[in-house]
Amino acid sequence: MEYGLFLGCQIPARVNQYELSARAVLSRLGVKLVDIRQFNCCGYPMRNSDQKAYLLSAVRNLALAEKEDLDLLVLCKCCYGSLKAAQHLMKEEGETQREVKEMLDDMGLRYEGKKNIRHILSVLYHEIGADALKSQISRKYKDLKIATHYGCHALRPSKVTEFDDPVSPSLFDELVNLTGAKSVDWSSKLECCGAPLMGINDKVSMDLTRMKIEAGKKAEADFFATACPYCQLQFDTVQETMVTDRQIDDCLASILYPQLLGICMGIEEEALGIKMNQIDISDIKSFLSKE
Amino acid sequence: MSFSILLYISLSIFVLGLIYKISTWFSQKIGISAKDITTSQRVFASVKGILGVVLSRRIMVLIRVFAVDVLFQYRILKEDFLRWLAHMLIYGGFMLLLLMHALEKIITVNLFSDYYSTINPFFFLRDLFGLMVIGGICIALYRRFILKVPRLRTNRMDIYAIIILGVIMLSGIFLEGAKIISYSEYQNMVEDYSDSSDEKDLKALESLWVKEFGVVSPRVKGPFDEEIIERGRELHEMSCAACHSSPKWAFTGYAAGKLLKPGAYMLDNAGGVNFLWYLHILACFVGLAYLPFSKMFHIIASPISLLANSVMDSKSASANVATRQVMELDACTHCGTCSLYCSAMMAYEALGNEFILPSEKMNALKKMVRGKALNKKELKAVEDGVFLCTNCDRCTVVCPSGINLRELWIGVREDLVQKGVPEPLMLSPFSFVRGLNRIKLTETDYLKPLEEARRSVAGAFDALINPANPISFNGGGKEKAVAGDTTFSYCFGCQNCTSVCPVVRAYENPQEALGLLPHQIMCCLGMGLSEMASGSGMIWNCLTCYQCQEHCPQNVAVTELLYQLKNSAFRASGN
Repeated sequence: MEYGLFLGCQIPARVNQYELSARAVLSRLGVKLVDIRQFNCCGYPMRNSDQKAYLLSAVRNLALAEKEDLDLLVLCKCCYGSLKAAQHLMKEEGETQREVKEMLDDMGLRYEGKKNIRHILSVLYHEIGADALKSQISRKYKDLKIATHYGCHALRPSKVTEFDDPVSPSLFDELVNLTGAKSVDWSSKLECCGAPLMGINDKVSMDLTRMKIEAGKKAEADFFATACPYCQLQFDTVQETMVTDRQIDDCLASILYPQLLGICMGIEEEALGIKMNQIDISDIKSFLSKE
Repeated sequence: MSFSILLYISLSIFVLGLIYKISTWFSQKIGISAKDITTSQRVFASVKGILGVVLSRRIMVLIRVFAVDVLFQYRILKEDFLRWLAHMLIYGGFMLLLLMHALEKIITVNLFSDYYSTINPFFFLRDLFGLMVIGGICIALYRRFILKVPRLRTNRMDIYAIIILGVIMLSGIFLEGAKIISYSEYQNMVEDYSDSSDEKDLKALESLWVKEFGVVSPRVKGPFDEEIIERGRELHEMSCAACHSSPKWAFTGYAAGKLLKPGAYMLDNAGGVNFLWYLHILACFVGLAYLPFSKMFHIIASPISLLANSVMDSKSASANVATRQVMELDACTHCGTCSLYCSAMMAYEALGNEFILPSEKMNALKKMVRGKALNKKELKAVEDGVFLCTNCDRCTVVCPSGINLRELWIGVREDLVQKGVPEPLMLSPFSFVRGLNRIKLTETDYLKPLEEARRSVAGAFDALINPANPISFNGGGKEKAVAGDTTFSYCFGCQNCTSVCPVVRAYENPQEALGLLPHQIMCCLGMGLSEMASGSGMIWNCLTCYQCQEHCPQNVAVTELLYQLKNSAFRASGN
């Protein structure tokens, strides 16, 4: 199994542990990741301001992957949503689409929409599958409760993203349950983490996060589990500043899914970047069962 | 005499320029990091900082970085072999020429007691080093103008650097060539050094030099008698050989001499050697005097940037960060590596704002830090460019001069939004990292630019500023329907979008805070009131979480429509 790894902008700069742990876990599972240095921004932040800049950014990445004849494996859900939406838009014929194709042509690239865009959770669930994952898990968790956080841009708009059922998704919960942890039922697992408004309307952004922390705690979760750098930054870095600002008394730490999976696959903590999270998650190991 | 005068003039301009440029590192301000720090504080902090490193074990880091990144230039090699080769050839060749040839009276003579510039190995090496530089310049020109490395732009500074270097090298080679073939040069040497004054002997020697040393003589012409050449060789061994290797060793000069041969007499009579000598030393002295003000100043600033950044981190004194950031502007060589990997590069390709590219932003900052006022249009373009940055840090990772561009952008961005024109891009996810860093700012400083940005896009529609004004429904007037998606026409007003919106839910009185709510915006669009819709605060507070769109029973692409409204508001704000 071989994929072009699409890291996006946030992960290399701020959520390095996501890249580390994803690489560690995927390499153990026999997935080969190819790095394409020419990749640029997925277009997500440009979508607000200019459609052409957005589409050109997104589609250039897709064309680069096509040139290497690779499907894309995306870690960030905002990148995922943005690339999927671009793929969808390119099926239509329009002025912007034509311009984008022409500009790619000038760069010696061609987009035909031949390759797939996959999020890491989909690859784990659909391509690798539960059996292969189970066979790699050496020690399961016991009495660990996890609040899974799906992330908007993977779930919706479901017709475009094709990730899971938008109303009652189960993919992430099943992946969490595989590790022996229990995915709790909690009220706002499908809601936005608040990150898209961070820096624009911090109050609403943090209100949403606070609501999630409260809901997660109410469901007695020990950790949030995320698979997106924006959600993770919101639940980790931003939550930490909220504690410092005394906006909340007690935090609910967030773990990235490859970190959660890696630990019970027996991968070293360092290779999973466990210490790189802002809010300490090192007690995750105490949940491993004794056998 | 004139040589020394010119030398001292250019040397003093160089030294004064150097002092001036280094003083600006402590006096000029860029970004917000320098705001309240005085020059003396910065000087003091830098002395303290440097001593702190030099007297600690961290000096080992400096030594390693000096060897690996400054001398061997590993950071360039890592990115691009061809560029590394070009740079090593220019920098290596030029440094060796400087030490062996330009400073021969100070260095080479003292190291090698038998040094003469015209005997081997020095004769050959001088040309070899020169050829290295020329080879490097050719690769550099090839990359810029034939290979066309993406987004590698050439500005005046780049051209000046190439021209000065090119004139120094070519004038040197042609000077050598002209000297090799010059008859008057030959005669002068014979007068000074010949042991014989016998006319026959002198003719024999001249014949040998015409035949084997490339001199163009009006007196003797080949083919030569073998006997005469042998006699000439005897005399040569006696008087000349100690200082003269065969000019063929000076292969570039020899080749230049061959080129000049047809016009040799004219050139010699017109004082060509003299002219080329002046051209050569003038080019060198202009290069020297201009160095502190040119791109070549990176010879000094880039190593300092590499060294400083290797020992500085987020805990470094802000006074030193302020100093470093001004110095880093001089360390930038406009090599374009940052722009080659910039994540926002396609925004540049689509929008054409050159200041999106990191390498071009640096040029604008260089102007701004010198206090040059940009006009309003330029300022807006720079501000947009600084804001259209995804904060991926790639530029910082790849910069061969080790410039901490990440912190530079953060500081400059903040400075611009505090002082510049309102920036609507602040209302997009480009603000995310600013949000993460908000604790570094006071609340007023943090919120004020956001408010201004909001006001700049909200003012479009009177009825929204003052709800008391009646709304007129002259949809056909200046109102334009939103281009693109028209699914709003399916809306039957069920308000599902508004009721599932987490932003609406976050407010007690959402209409007061957000203006038109999602279903009202759809309704507006349906009535052709797109300007009114795009004036609503709601669109700037949209999370793009797609709950509205997913839950619309009529398949209205609500989120996409909000994107479209934002797009048109941005376009309007740019005009």
